[in-house]
Amino acid sequence: MKIYVPGDSAAISVGADEVAQAIAAKVNGATIIRNGSRGALWLEPMVEIETDKGRTAYGPVSVSDIDSLIAADFMHGGAHPLSLGESEKIEWLASQDRVTFKRVGIIDPLSLADYEAHGGLVGLRRAISINSAEIIEEVTQSGVRGRGGAGFPAGIKWKTVAGAVSDQKYICCNADEGDSGTFADRMLIEGDPFTLIEGMTIAAIAVGATQGIVYLRSEYPYAIKILQKAIDIAHAFGWLGSSILGSNFAFDLKIRVGAGSYVCGEETAMLESIEGKRGVVRAKPPLPALEGLFGKPTVINNVLTLSTIPAVMADGADAYKARGVGRSLGTQVFQLAGNIKRGGIVEKPFGISIEEVVNGYGGGTLTGEPIRAVQIGGPLGAYFGTDKFETSLDYESMLAAGGMLGHGGIVVFDDSVDLAQQARFAMAFCALESCGKCTPCRLGSTRGVETIDLIIQGVKVDENKKLLLDLCEVMTDGSLCAMGGLTPMPVKSAMINFPEDFTGEVSRR
Amino acid sequence: MTMIHEHDFGTPASNKSEQVSLEIDGTSITVPADTSIMRAASMAGIDIPKLCSTDRLKAFGSCRLCVIQVDGRNGTPSSCTTPVADGMKVVTQSEKLDRLRKGVMELYLSDHPAECATGDECEVHGVAKKIGITTSRYAATTTHLDLAKDESNPYFTFDSTECIVCNRCVRACDEVQGTFALTIENRGFEARVSSSGTSFIESECVSCGACVQACPTGALTEKTLLTIGAPTSSVITTCAYCGVGCSFKAEMRGDKLVRMVPLKDGGANEGHSCVKGRFAYGYATHSDRITKPMIRNAITDPWKEVSWEEAISFAATGLKKIQAESGRNAIGGITSSRCTNEEVFVVQKMVRAAFANNNVDTCARVCHSPTGYGLGQAFGTSAGTQDFESVEHSDVIMLIGANPTSAHPVFASRMKKALRKGAQLIVVDPRVIALVRTPGVVAAHHLQLMPGTNVAVINALAHVIVTEGLAKKDFIDTRCEEKSFKEWEAFISLPENSPETLEASSRVPAEEIRKAARLFASAPNGSIYYGLGVTEHSQGSTMVMGIANLAMVTGNIGRKGVGVNPLRGQNNVQGSCDMGSFPHELPGYRHISNADTRKIFDDKWGVTLDAEPGMRIPNMFDAAIAGDYRGLYVQGEDIAQSDPNTSHVHAALRAMDMVIVQDLFLNETAKFAHVFLPGTSFLEKDGTFTNAERRINRVRPVMKSATGKSEYEVTCDLATAMGYPMSYSSGAEIMDEIAATTPTFAGVSFKKLDEVGSLQWPCNEANPEGTPTMHLETFMRGLGQFNRTPYVATDEKATRKFPLLLTTGRVLSQYNVGAQTRRTANNIWHTEDILDLHESDAQLRGIADGSWVKLSSRVGETIMRARITDEVPAGVVYTTFHFPESGANVITTDFSDWATNCPEYKVTAVEISPSAQGPGAMIETHIDGDVQLASIIRMINQIAANFPVSDAPEVKVAHHIVQFWTPVMIERLHKDVDKSLLSPIAVKALEVMLVTQ
Repeated sequence: MKIYVPGDSAAISVGADEVAQAIAAKVNGATIIRNGSRGALWLEPMVEIETDKGRTAYGPVSVSDIDSLIAADFMHGGAHPLSLGESEKIEWLASQDRVTFKRVGIIDPLSLADYEAHGGLVGLRRAISINSAEIIEEVTQSGVRGRGGAGFPAGIKWKTVAGAVSDQKYICCNADEGDSGTFADRMLIEGDPFTLIEGMTIAAIAVGATQGIVYLRSEYPYAIKILQKAIDIAHAFGWLGSSILGSNFAFDLKIRVGAGSYVCGEETAMLESIEGKRGVVRAKPPLPALEGLFGKPTVINNVLTLSTIPAVMADGADAYKARGVGRSLGTQVFQLAGNIKRGGIVEKPFGISIEEVVNGYGGGTLTGEPIRAVQIGGPLGAYFGTDKFETSLDYESMLAAGGMLGHGGIVVFDDSVDLAQQARFAMAFCALESCGKCTPCRLGSTRGVETIDLIIQGVKVDENKKLLLDLCEVMTDGSLCAMGGLTPMPVKSAMINFPEDFTGEVSRR
Repeated sequence: MTMIHEHDFGTPASNKSEQVSLEIDGTSITVPADTSIMRAASMAGIDIPKLCSTDRLKAFGSCRLCVIQVDGRNGTPSSCTTPVADGMKVVTQSEKLDRLRKGVMELYLSDHPAECATGDECEVHGVAKKIGITTSRYAATTTHLDLAKDESNPYFTFDSTECIVCNRCVRACDEVQGTFALTIENRGFEARVSSSGTSFIESECVSCGACVQACPTGALTEKTLLTIGAPTSSVITTCAYCGVGCSFKAEMRGDKLVRMVPLKDGGANEGHSCVKGRFAYGYATHSDRITKPMIRNAITDPWKEVSWEEAISFAATGLKKIQAESGRNAIGGITSSRCTNEEVFVVQKMVRAAFANNNVDTCARVCHSPTGYGLGQAFGTSAGTQDFESVEHSDVIMLIGANPTSAHPVFASRMKKALRKGAQLIVVDPRVIALVRTPGVVAAHHLQLMPGTNVAVINALAHVIVTEGLAKKDFIDTRCEEKSFKEWEAFISLPENSPETLEASSRVPAEEIRKAARLFASAPNGSIYYGLGVTEHSQGSTMVMGIANLAMVTGNIGRKGVGVNPLRGQNNVQGSCDMGSFPHELPGYRHISNADTRKIFDDKWGVTLDAEPGMRIPNMFDAAIAGDYRGLYVQGEDIAQSDPNTSHVHAALRAMDMVIVQDLFLNETAKFAHVFLPGTSFLEKDGTFTNAERRINRVRPVMKSATGKSEYEVTCDLATAMGYPMSYSSGAEIMDEIAATTPTFAGVSFKKLDEVGSLQWPCNEANPEGTPTMHLETFMRGLGQFNRTPYVATDEKATRKFPLLLTTGRVLSQYNVGAQTRRTANNIWHTEDILDLHESDAQLRGIADGSWVKLSSRVGETIMRARITDEVPAGVVYTTFHFPESGANVITTDFSDWATNCPEYKVTAVEISPSAQGPGAMIETHIDGDVQLASIIRMINQIAANFPVSDAPEVKVAHHIVQFWTPVMIERLHKDVDKSLLSPIAVKALEVMLVTQ
């Protein structure tokens, strides 16, 4: 009898390990599988039983519920107050369009057989059978864009690397997921690591790289462990190594653990860090695609970008680009966090509105108070009020609305939030995390904090607001990378969308 | 005089040949592809504001002042990091850009002192003024303006309050110097420049000054700039330390030297420097300087200050008296590698014309004379084949018996740059020198041989290349003498030259030799660099020829990135050799026996030159002890300290009747002198130095002579007083005479040098702009000559009584016998000579790290402190010879190179034992027996071993002896030598000589 208890960090943080132990101790003959989380985080730990009718779910389960679940014969799908019914029919999940997260929460993350049974390795086998140009064409046609936040078309980047002549090329996966309110990279790695490995292997074949590196943040110890095991399994299977699945292609994969710096998620700082140097941003050009890791042509893609590739290769570009709107094709893995009732992963085609995600899937705030603001795209994303909730969540519409999609993180605030403090936080965050290389970011962030403090204190408010806006221009147009360049986005969006918080008078509440 | 300003183009020049045309602010300009917009603008006369960029360092893009706009492109990219593109239209001035620059500058000013200690030196205020802003609107409650200064380095301060974190210092330390001593600590607002978490003096910093040079503010500043004030004039001149020959701007305020700033346009150093050239010039004005002539009748008498006239007359009278009593050969002179070409030329002229003999030798005798002999034999001239820049084109670099990070630091930085770019390194050295493993550098092979076995290793390398079919046949067929190659090929292929056979002597694993040989042979461009670890051996000349063989057999001569390159120890050792300092050679390496050459000088000087070679330095000493040599003029060399077997040297000096020393200081040799003629420092000289790449650099007077006379003037006065009138109005006039008499210098004049900066000889009608790379199409001698190089173990062997082998070297901060550096703040780094030994040798003798040890050889003993280290292998000990107190040369022996008498400094059998007390009196052991006779026997036997039995070697041996030996030595060879001690070939050679006489 198979019982699924997620081994995902989020589930573990709310007691999944203890639940798994309790079930193992109390249920005879139970085979406990530590799957990934399906992403409905408010239901974690969500325990699933494999029954004749498919998987039945219960959640959120705590250790104290085990006895009553046994009494209710949950092993055979018995009724219980925590019963969620058949997993596949849970509306919150069933209504999503899972492509990248297709297998997450469903399979045993470290079972290659399970992976293959759910469509794994189909894309890679196809990639081996066609040539490099055809792979790149397929990826280009699919419209897949960089999910790290910049949204650069993956196919074009790959083509640049493929066209560079070098004795060595690299595939670097950016798994330094540091945006506040984001967790998709982690959940993907913990729930379906082979997908990432497959995506990186396809990229390697496409561009002629033989070495891959996953830059994974130290704050993700479970993900590091699981990915390493998956890499070892792939090696033993003859997938990674000198001959990919018996082909003439070779590919090796290593994990490099980050040391806790936000800016190392910036691609060039990440390269410096992988090279063993201080995590400092490089000026571009040269593009990493031509002079990247150790000066060699390098593909740098986010976890989600690379993990989407196997599906593109397996099902074809057409199937993927049938989703989405305009130039934002395919699906986006939204991550709902902050003051939210139903947080977690919402994978939907681009074009869904903020309203549908935040109120539809999210169900409003956890506190029950009205939503005052959402911040979309991480700590450098814009603050929007509910008046912008009809905005379509795609790259172009968000840009037009004065924001950005970023890595797809959405953080919700109720009406107790003070946007002047949030603006201050943006500058303080930049001051804390700036690499210190370029002047606007290094000095500007600290001056930004000081100036906002003066505004909050009511000191020369108009002058300081002018100074703050001037500073925002210098940081936006003068910074070396997106860290300093985007810090003004939350600041300015807060000032524009919530001017009442910047009067220098005591807060209206 | 005015200040010389070198324009800063912001980013380095592109080396692309493709040209790109673009428009900047409406001005059209065509530049090489990959040039930055900043540089292109600067070339078009448009200077974009900048703080973090400088053309000595790769673009960094951090200050964000150099933002520009490009038609059709988004944003405001930095012009330093954005390359030009064809048809690009760039705008460097607009309202938007002005706003951004002011905004950035406002941020800088919010964390920068309103007034800087160095005034205009700080570019922050200068650039601020230029972009029209002087104050900042920020309240700036958090700043770095209360940070403490780091004054620990004796030469410069680090004031973090003025630091703008542009990283120029860190990048200079990485990219230019290659030491990686500096870093940025912390991140964001807290990011600060740091000497890696400790004070500068305790850090890895080597005080090269690259960071000070790079700093755009007063954060890193020469202390002299703060104490003396801003310079008001500058003069371009050449460093007087090592053979790299760096060009500097001497920056003056009135008659005070404020600082020495490396010249970006300097061919040898391209804007880089080391601690000695950059900072350690204080000796030139040290209170120990003697500026008045002095005389005394006996060396036991006190010195008496006299007028120039009296001193010259006293000296001339003494010398004339000796010649009258003991013949014209009883006196001679020693030229200095520290002096200018012009001064050296004049001294050798005085000896040959006024003394009327050829008893002139130079301190190069004790360093690179085997280079002269070996390269002369193989290639046809005594010089390195490349310029320094060449190393940046090498794929594999072989470094033999040289420690450039200490002895040739500026060249070492270039080499490290090449290694960081991917060149591979093979180190041949008994010691684990820094380049074996240093930040950014890991040698592919370290052939850690026993001292004295160089030839075994070079032969084994060549054996592998020849027997494994790796020789470059094409090159050998077209460029080298077939006969010499065939003979050498047969010789080197013998099993006795295999790495397996020679492993027993060299202790280098045969497999390691084979791998290194294959690597070197496989290199598209393989270069060899070597130092005194090659030459200062009994087989020094053999080794130089072995190196030449290796370069030819691998086809590595005649283009960039290859070649044979001696790293010269002294500033003008190349030049002093070029200028005819050797007893057998006139300027330009022309043998004294050649009547045509003599005629040129006979006509010019109105004399009849002696056709016989004169005495070498060791001959002078031997003859002095024998009573046949009684007067010596020695310029700028401390033979009493630097020559081997000190007791022998001292005995010789004591035996003489008229020793004339010309020097800055009362050195060790002056203790034996009767006349002291005060010399001039390089800051007072007007002449030229020639560095290791044959580059003739101008030495310009920065201040007036402290003695009231130039040194060549004094030499001329002495010659005149001896009865041969000599006088020159300027250094330029002497160079004109050199050019008129010496074909390789025919095109050199001060006027030309002032125009082009520097010239590499040969510079003549065929090469009017000089010769950066030699032997391009043919060798100087026509076809390259392979020479047999049989390995003969030195007689200086480890014995039961003296079981360890001592080898010697230098440290970075001190220079040779320390006469200059010991009179500077450089003593802070190295205050005494230390004996390095291996843990196992220390344990065996109960020696603790840092304790006093007695070091003894068969000729003497001395006491110094021990350091236990794994930089030397068991059985080998190492020390430096910078301090007279330790007297390292008290224990070095009188063994020398068979061909040139270059002393075998690098191998001495020694024993060490714990010592209860520190250094006291050095003990010099008297050696019994006839030293000269013993060395004559050793030398002829070695010469005989060098030529193949098949090819009448006795004729070649006889020729060699007639060419290089003094008549006295030849006479003793015939008269005094017990023939049973000679090899059969040597005996035959004696017969040949008798017949031809």
